[in-house]
This record gives sequence, structure tokens and C-alpha cells, in this order.
Amino acid sequence: MSSPFYVAPEQQMKDRADFARKGIARGRSVAVLRYAEGILFVAENRSQALHKVSEIHDRIGFAAVGRYNEFENLRIAGIRHADMRGYAYDRSDVTGRGLANAYAQLLGTIFSSGGEKPYEVELVVAELGPAPGTDQIYRLTYDGSVADEEHLAVMGGSAEVITDALDAGYRDDLSLAEAVRLAVRSLGSDAGPDKPVRELGPDSLEVAVLDRSRSQSRKFRRITGPALQRLLDDAPTAG
Amino acid sequence: MTAQTHGSNAFGAGLPPAFLRAGSSSFAEFLTQVAPDLLPSSRATLSDATELSPHGTTIVACTFPGGVMMAGDRRATMGNLIAQRDIQKVFASDEFSLVGIAGAAGIAVEMVRLFQTELEHYEKLEGAPLSLDGKANRLAAMIRQNLGLAMQGLAVLPLFAGWDTAAEQGRIFSYDATGGRYEETAFHAVGSGSVFARGSLKKVYSQQLDARACAMAVIQALYDAADDDSATGGPDLARRIFPVVMQATPDGVSRLSDAETSEIAGEVVAARMERPDGPAAGVI
Repeated sequence: MSSPFYVAPEQQMKDRADFARKGIARGRSVAVLRYAEGILFVAENRSQALHKVSEIHDRIGFAAVGRYNEFENLRIAGIRHADMRGYAYDRSDVTGRGLANAYAQLLGTIFSSGGEKPYEVELVVAELGPAPGTDQIYRLTYDGSVADEEHLAVMGGSAEVITDALDAGYRDDLSLAEAVRLAVRSLGSDAGPDKPVRELGPDSLEVAVLDRSRSQSRKFRRITGPALQRLLDDAPTAG
Repeated sequence: MTAQTHGSNAFGAGLPPAFLRAGSSSFAEFLTQVAPDLLPSSRATLSDATELSPHGTTIVACTFPGGVMMAGDRRATMGNLIAQRDIQKVFASDEFSLVGIAGAAGIAVEMVRLFQTELEHYEKLEGAPLSLDGKANRLAAMIRQNLGLAMQGLAVLPLFAGWDTAAEQGRIFSYDATGGRYEETAFHAVGSGSVFARGSLKKVYSQQLDARACAMAVIQALYDAADDDSATGGPDLARRIFPVVMQATPDGVSRLSDAETSEIAGEVVAARMERPDGPAAGVI
């Protein structure tokens, strides 16, 4: 009987992380940022049917990059988790932190168990607070680690370049139109700071907001078609 | 790995394996698998339980060009006692539909909560809302589940109405305790005072009524129901408690403000001072 090769745990984790990162880097990016009235999600997505951004509950939104079947599965599990808690307790007892923890546990367990392949996904769970300063953006990676982002999060292949572009133009009092244009411009500058910016039109964008000014209890709203075009066309304000 | 699918784990922290399993887009079905004890119909009763739960009474609805209006009185009774004077029995089930409940109040309110979650859950999972017929059928399935309890005296009889975005009209559905679903034309009423409310609407309703006239018609009908049915409450002028009136239109669901309902109820009461039996219809 031959004994299996010894692989150091460090090497094993590194291999798994490389595998997951490679899968994630293949996809187009998603940006999530806070603006004056809420939280904005912008994804580069040529499909109008296969979403990367979704509503989870009244004040909680979800964005993901990576393998579609894996993050779709996580999205459905998240909606089940939220609706179950909202039904068993109360709608106000569904929190972004609870959901981020649940995802973190699941992703972490799968990453470090030898049996399954790690998920090739990165997620954002964003929660709208009652006042502008209290919004939360949690960013989760394939290994189950959670980061609590201050203003914005970018996921996907060219996340670093896009984050730099976003950081350069970011203010926390951006209007919705300004925030959309900044995010779209940043997603288009994924080739690098000195390269030409790709033009992204409404057909290749998926845009949604958690909008504090919305009177309904469900704050999530998709922005599509003519409404999105109007935001993109909006003449930049001076100053 | 053992699946932790039952009890408090299902709605505690973490995502148990059942949450990741492929399944339907129905929340009620999911609940049946992971936490059946949370279902409204999970109560075990062996004998007649009629006396244990307050009963909600009269709900009326009518359509108008551009929407549908639903109203409910505010009384819940337990036998010959008034259990609550200001109960709410008409609810928005989602952005374009309304549900009013008559029957065992405890189970009915829980069923409405499950129905609201069911519609929202489907919409989030599928990325599109159910059709109005689909919603009406889901509600029928929930009532069917409750048949065992209905036979113990805890029947729930809702009235469902909504704006059909595909057909572009308001529609009304009624149900029986076995889950039978019946579409009604123009107007309908359910609950203990429904016979009188329907008789009243028959005389005052016409297809041409606008939204405000429809609100007046349903409040008139509730007044007539309260006039002859002891379990239905009329407008309570001393406590300022008026019927809950809600409408579903292409703009969504909205509830008439207390100011609006008190004004309409005030007009109705003033007119009844002149003629206690309400508006007179011609004999031919």
C-alpha cells in the first residue's frame, strides 16, 4: 500500500486560495458604494436575466462575482435565511451582520474542509442604516473572511485598479447620478490608470440601489432602461 | 454530516444544509421542510376550539375603473363578547394586492403574514412577481392546509383582491374553507355580516362609481352589516374608530387616511340621521 504524499497545510491552503482567486478573476467586476441617500450597486453584466445584484430583505442587498451557480445558491440561501428570521421573529430582526456571519461560517467551513472544492465567489452584503452614517458594507471572500468596508467595495478581476479609480473620485455626499457615473467610469478603467476608459452603456450594466428616501419598507430598487440612461447622461455638476 | 433541519437551528445563526438545497420558490414549502412548527396550520386540536379564538367579521370589496377597493370593520368577537374594537382585518399582501380576513382571527393574521412572506419570497427568488391568478392560487393552497383546523371551528375565510397588471383591471377572489377559489365580478363580501353588506352593495353599486364613490359604497355596506349583525362593528364616533379602507391601483396599494375615512363615515352617519335605512333605490 502506498502512502499519500505529504502536503503541508500551508501549501494546501495556498493552493486552494489560488484556485478560488483564479476563478474569481475571470469575471467582470462589481462596485458597491455609499452615496448621499443610500447604497449603490453597479455591476458590469451583459445579461439582463442573470443577476449579480439582488434584494435580500427590506434594507439588505447582495452583490457577487465568480461562479454563477455558486453565488446564486448563496443568494437563495440568504433570502431563505432572511425571510425565515423575519417570519419567525420580526422583520426588524433581520440584520446584515447576521447574514454576513452566516455566509462567513459557510464559506469558511467549505474552504478549510478537505472534501469540497472552495467556492469561487466573492460577496458583498450591504445594509442600509436609519441614518447616512450607519450604513454597512460587508465584503466576504472565498475563505470566509469578512471585511467591514467604510465607503466602498470592489470585487472581481481588476478590483485593485477599479478601487483606485473609485477612491480618487469618491465623496460620501455624492448624489445618485454622480455616484453612478463615478462607478461606471471606474469599472471602465479596468485596463489601468493610463489606458483609455471603456464606454459602458445601459445594456452592459446592472444597477440597483438601497434607497433611504423610498417610502416603502423594501428599500431595494433596480434602475434600468431609460431611467439609467438619464442618470448616465446627466450633465456633470461643476465643482 | 447530519442535517440540522428542525427546530430553532432553522432560524438561528448559520446556513444549515437545507438552505442550500435546490427547491421551489415557495416559502411555505420551504417552511414545511425546515420548520413545520412555524406553519399556521401546525396547531393540534382534538375537539371544538371555536371558543378559543376571537372571530373577525365583515369584509367587503368592489372594483372601479382603475382599481379595486376593500374595507373591513374593526370588531373582533368571542361568543357574545367584543374581543377587540380596533382590530385591523384588511392588509396589503404585496405592492398590488390586498387580503381581508374573516374567521378565526389568530390563525388568519398568521396566515396573512405567511402569505405576505410567500409573495415577497417568490418575487425575490424569481426576479419577477407572481401573476394575480398565481397569488390567488397560493392563498387557496394555504386555506386548504387549514382544513383540519376549519373542522375544529377555526376556519379562515379571506377575501383577496388586487390590480392585475397584465389584464389592467381590479379583480376580486373569494374562498371556501376547503380552499375552493372563486372569482367574483364587481363586488363581494365575506364574514358574518356579509349577507347584509352584499344586499347593500347590490343596491348602491354601479360600474361607473369612481374611487371615492366606491369608498363611500363599501362604508355604506359595512354600516348596513353592522345594523343587522351584532358581530360587525359600525363607525365608532366617540372613539374615532373607522373602517380600514384600502385600494389597489396601477400605482400600488394604499390605505385611505384616517381623515378621509372619518370624513366619509361622517357623511354616511349624517345621511342616516335623515334616513336610517340608508340611500333609497328606485323600485324599478
